Amino acid sequence: MDRELHIRFLRDMLRARRMEERIAQEYTRGNIGGFLHLYPGEEAVAVGVLAAAEPGDYVVTTYRDHVHALVRGIPMRNILAELFGKRDGCSHGMGGSMHMFDAERRFLGGYAIVGEIYPIAIGAAYTVLMRGLPEAVICFFGDGAVNQGTFHESLNMAALWKLPVLFVCENNHYQIGTEIHRHSAVTEVYKRAAAYNIPATKIDGMDVEKVHAHSLEALTRVRAGQGPQFLEFETYRFRGHSMSDPGSYRPTVEVAAYEAQDPIAAELRDLSMHYPDPDSLKSLGLDTSESLGRRYIDKGHLDTAGLEALEAEIRAEIDAAVAFAEAAPEPTLDDARRALRPGLIHETLI
Amino acid sequence: MQTLSYWEALNHALDAEMASDEAVIVLGEDVGLYGGTYRVTEGLYAKYGERRVLDTPISEGSFTGLAVGAAMTGLRPVVEIMTINFALLALDALINMAAKIPFMSGGQFTMPLTVRMPGGVAHQLGAQHSQRLEHTLMNVAGLRIVVPATPQDAYWQLRQAIRADDCVIVLEHEVLNFDKGPVDEAASAPPPHRAVVRRPGRDLTLISYSRMANQALAAAGQLAAEGIEAEVIDLRSLSPIDWDTCAASVRKTGHLLIAEEDSRFAGAGAELAAGLTERCFRSLRAAPLRVAALDLPNAYNKRLEEHTIPQPADIVAAAHALVRDDAEEIVA
Repeated sequence: MDRELHIRFLRDMLRARRMEERIAQEYTRGNIGGFLHLYPGEEAVAVGVLAAAEPGDYVVTTYRDHVHALVRGIPMRNILAELFGKRDGCSHGMGGSMHMFDAERRFLGGYAIVGEIYPIAIGAAYTVLMRGLPEAVICFFGDGAVNQGTFHESLNMAALWKLPVLFVCENNHYQIGTEIHRHSAVTEVYKRAAAYNIPATKIDGMDVEKVHAHSLEALTRVRAGQGPQFLEFETYRFRGHSMSDPGSYRPTVEVAAYEAQDPIAAELRDLSMHYPDPDSLKSLGLDTSESLGRRYIDKGHLDTAGLEALEAEIRAEIDAAVAFAEAAPEPTLDDARRALRPGLIHETLI
Repeated sequence: MQTLSYWEALNHALDAEMASDEAVIVLGEDVGLYGGTYRVTEGLYAKYGERRVLDTPISEGSFTGLAVGAAMTGLRPVVEIMTINFALLALDALINMAAKIPFMSGGQFTMPLTVRMPGGVAHQLGAQHSQRLEHTLMNVAGLRIVVPATPQDAYWQLRQAIRADDCVIVLEHEVLNFDKGPVDEAASAPPPHRAVVRRPGRDLTLISYSRMANQALAAAGQLAAEGIEAEVIDLRSLSPIDWDTCAASVRKTGHLLIAEEDSRFAGAGAELAAGLTERCFRSLRAAPLRVAALDLPNAYNKRLEEHTIPQPADIVAAAHALVRDDAEEIVA
């Protein structure tokens, strides 16, 4: 794999991690309202999958959507402005954390009702089918979302009509606070796709290179008209379900074990977020040497100075995004009315 | 001018829109090879093929959601929910998705989606196959609801719904399906949301919609024989409501009677009564009166079923009470 791609993975994951850390701070300060679901720990999935996406592909995701939006190319300042509820937000202040949209980038939204992503995805895929273009729809969802009826209904239709969808399960093992063994009779999610004859694989979602390689392969098949594909990525969120959830239902050893697999490298210094001490992880029998940052440095992709420069660049981007969001105007009631029925611009009601 | 049945008018409307725009697709259970349970899609499968006339599995929640996703990305889907009763399985797609995505996206996505739902109280279909949902859907900002009562309106309003860039629910009535009437396909249609005065009158305003508008017209005929002239308004649209046409009539007659097949409690009639009282209080000579279905599920028994929904005689009785100003006895 070339150096550029490696640097891109690291940059995107770091941007995502640092953005989310800052968002948590802004939430605590009261600049962001509502429910807020953060993504630290799962970055390798969004980054690996979306690096394999083309501009013509559609993306549908859940309420944990900031990082998908960012990696898809929505400018960070428009993401922050949306979180601040401003007119320059990617949904013009009408969507908020759980409903980020960007028509230009074919980002079909974050959905806050679990299970809505599948019908939207197969609908966009039907449009692709009608047009006959080599495009794919990428559909992100969590392990908690596979017990909704729409999962089964939509997978059936996707397989029946060979719709160009890549189903991406971000299996973080928890449906809010209910662990997968307590919410699913079949805990290996990918096996469910077999019921609909959809090719499916389970992959380590903490390894961005593996995520990317499998996504690239699956998307190639999807775009070639071979029908839907299904990837299950085993991942973990380092935080609770949302800002109001301390995640205390999870064993400390389990959290530490996954933190040791942090895709962005436990060794990265100058962190505003707590990382476990490598020695204590070793005492648990865990090895942190395979973390990405270390690998990059070892492989000569990036030296320590390069890493520090990258961190500084990201800090500057975040500061600018927050400043932009703070200064952006509030949407008006007229903006809200226009948003409700944008189709009426050319039509008189009565 | 040709004479068509209600279902034929809907069929012609679909055919015309599918012919003029390749983005229009039709989907639902048995709409294709089978031709539609109410025949509305008859012949379209052979003409436009299986991709544009898509037979779906029995999965209302997801095929309605599929249409939402397709509408967001450039198609103009027409969903047939076989009967309105099954639409309850699709309410998330309609209420949380179709109605809200344009709004949540800040207006970046339009929703050129049409959802057809034959419904109403038909003949002895039992509680799960005889109901209306207008009260539920009217409460959702972002949905438009049309309620054609004649073949002409069925034709026009379905075409207008398909051309609209936001989500339009077409509430068809199963009992009207074989009603015949003149359909002028070349005529220029009134705006889809304009109410029409089906019969002018001076003594009371009788507002109704869908099948009950025809019942109201029959009642007005009986009233006229007694010298009471009811002005019958067919709403044609429940969201938005054409307040101007309704209010102008109430100001003229001073009496308001609403006839609906939906249940009285928290129904469309309640909104009409409240909205017109707010607008025309000083013109009203008596409190508005509603004739509505009883607040009961629909019984299978034929006599009970007839009692459950208003009949022309009920409308006539209510009109008498209204003009005599002893409506309170009727409501009690």
